[in-house]
Amino acid sequence: MKMLLNKVFRAGLRSGIRLQSSAAANAALSSSNGSLGFSFELTDQQKEFQQLARRFAREEIIPVAPAYDKSGEYPVPLIRKAWELGLVNGHIPQEYGGMGLSNFDSCLITEELAYACTGVQTAMEANSLGQMPVILAGNDAQKRKYLGRMTEEPLMCAYCVTEPGAGSDVANIQTRAVKVGDEYVVNGQKMWITNGGKANWYFLLARTNPDPKCPASKAFTGFIVDADTPGVTPGRKEMNMGQRCSDTRGITFEDVRIPKENVLIGEGAGFKIAMGAFDNTRPPVAAGATGLAQRALDEATNYALERKTFGRAIADHQAVSFILAEMAMKVELARMAYQRSAWEVDQGRRNTYYASIAKAFAGDVANQVATDAVQVFGGNGFNSEYPVEKLMRDAKIYQIYEGTAQIQRIIIAREHLGRFKK
Amino acid sequence: MSGRVLVGVKRVIDYAVKIRVKPDNSGVVTDGVKHSMNPFCEIAVEEAVKLKEKKLIKEVVAVSCGPQQSQETIRTALAMGADRGIHVEVAGKDYETLGPLQVSKIMAALAKKEDAQLLILGKQAIDDDCNQTGQMTAALLDWPQGTFASEVSLDGDKVKVVREIDGGLETIKISTPAVLTADLRLNTPRYATLPNIMKAKKKKIANVKPADLGVDLTSRLEVLKVEEPPQREAGVKVETVEDLVGKLKETGRI
Repeated sequence: MKMLLNKVFRAGLRSGIRLQSSAAANAALSSSNGSLGFSFELTDQQKEFQQLARRFAREEIIPVAPAYDKSGEYPVPLIRKAWELGLVNGHIPQEYGGMGLSNFDSCLITEELAYACTGVQTAMEANSLGQMPVILAGNDAQKRKYLGRMTEEPLMCAYCVTEPGAGSDVANIQTRAVKVGDEYVVNGQKMWITNGGKANWYFLLARTNPDPKCPASKAFTGFIVDADTPGVTPGRKEMNMGQRCSDTRGITFEDVRIPKENVLIGEGAGFKIAMGAFDNTRPPVAAGATGLAQRALDEATNYALERKTFGRAIADHQAVSFILAEMAMKVELARMAYQRSAWEVDQGRRNTYYASIAKAFAGDVANQVATDAVQVFGGNGFNSEYPVEKLMRDAKIYQIYEGTAQIQRIIIAREHLGRFKK
Repeated sequence: MSGRVLVGVKRVIDYAVKIRVKPDNSGVVTDGVKHSMNPFCEIAVEEAVKLKEKKLIKEVVAVSCGPQQSQETIRTALAMGADRGIHVEVAGKDYETLGPLQVSKIMAALAKKEDAQLLILGKQAIDDDCNQTGQMTAALLDWPQGTFASEVSLDGDKVKVVREIDGGLETIKISTPAVLTADLRLNTPRYATLPNIMKAKKKKIANVKPADLGVDLTSRLEVLKVEEPPQREAGVKVETVEDLVGKLKETGRI
């Protein structure tokens, strides 16, 4: 920190300006020829994307989010509008009709949408998770068929891996796929599939090698399954604690026949594909958690400036202002974490370490900050007429899905120790 | 007919921002404050783009007068569907005194230079609320004007305009070339889509100086003072209608 301040001062002196504010200092840094290389500046286009997402989120999503939370109804009109504006399916490459956005740009958009409602945003984000295995591992024909259709109509897809008996322990999934002629016959039960009842197609992970001694890296296969394939039966919509308008279901596969053309890469390659998707999808999930945390901070701050107690605004009481200060610290750091992890993968590097850190940290932060927001609101915070109780309910899942907080710690420890052992 | 429509767009302080007066009462604080396109200018751009989509006109050109940052406003218009932009550079002292008279001279010169069929502006800007530029430009060009438009329909070389006036709605028919100013209910401006924001980067923005158009920017106005409106005082509750009438008489209101 001190080194950075010294650099700022020296840069300021060199360009001969007085440092009146941090804004002036930043301007000096970017214009002086001593480029630091590391930049927190967004490009004009990124700012415009962010503005579009922000405007859409605040004007279209926020007014209707409480109603969707109450009814649990799937937000079809919002998803359609977002799709028309190009805010969904950002990861799909341009040659298949998508925007081909960088991971960073997608995260910027995700944070803005999540600010408005993480239920709506998760419904949209589940598309990215379902598509990622196809984007990373699909052949041209598969990409053309399954990614192409997503950009022609506002369709949904889903990532179908978790089962009632196996969430974190993916290697223990029981769904079986048996090769019969030119097809695979799949039997099994999946659970907690986001967009389960709305998806046009699924990315499915199933065990193709029945030998229990076969290592996970060879035993599983990734498939693309059309949702209308006979034998695919989505269960009922699950009533969850939060993100209630997002569609989460169990799905039963009963003698489902999948053509061999729908295998990703080849038999036995599934585990790596399924796990590899996360390096690209954890940064946006962290961005979503950050959006929720920012919203909680903004709501709490506005309330604290208006609500009076003992003769002054509660924000003037240090007990409350310290709560807000710590909320602010966490939000800023969560943002920096997801931005770094997104930037790393955009540079073409393996970002597992940063992605797990971002997701773990942002998930924890979202929960802490949302709880603090309810506290700042006091009795009103507990009540459904005020926006923060929904944030607290919505935040919890960020410590669970896309890799639990505990799994993230296993990954971070492994990556961290791995660096030391080298 | 050239089939070209010029749309004027102004960069103003965003409508949601809380305006603060500068300590020296010379104006309002603009440094570091969020700016965006004037809402009535958005409606003007939307109308022009709609006309192009209906194939009634061929090209939409977005024009803005101001400093470097005005280019952002032009980019927003390009992202909404305008084909190209013209940035008339006005900065520093000239920008501080830039008003409807100067802008209308610029618009008139550009409308002639670009052989515009229509010039569409917002009815007024939300910072100065002048409501003069459209009218002045029409007078300088000696073109017909359809101001406070809530409905516009092109018919050959004529334009039918439904205007919002105090008494209700007035429908007029004017010939082109003409100046139109957009009122609130003319349309609902579209969001720029992500693909259009990306495409807008490739669209051209030409740089022009007022001197190139032969326009003199000297202002005939001097701003003496800018101050906040008086603080709203608390009201008084009364029990009966007689009390109310009495109080109104007391304070000289009736």
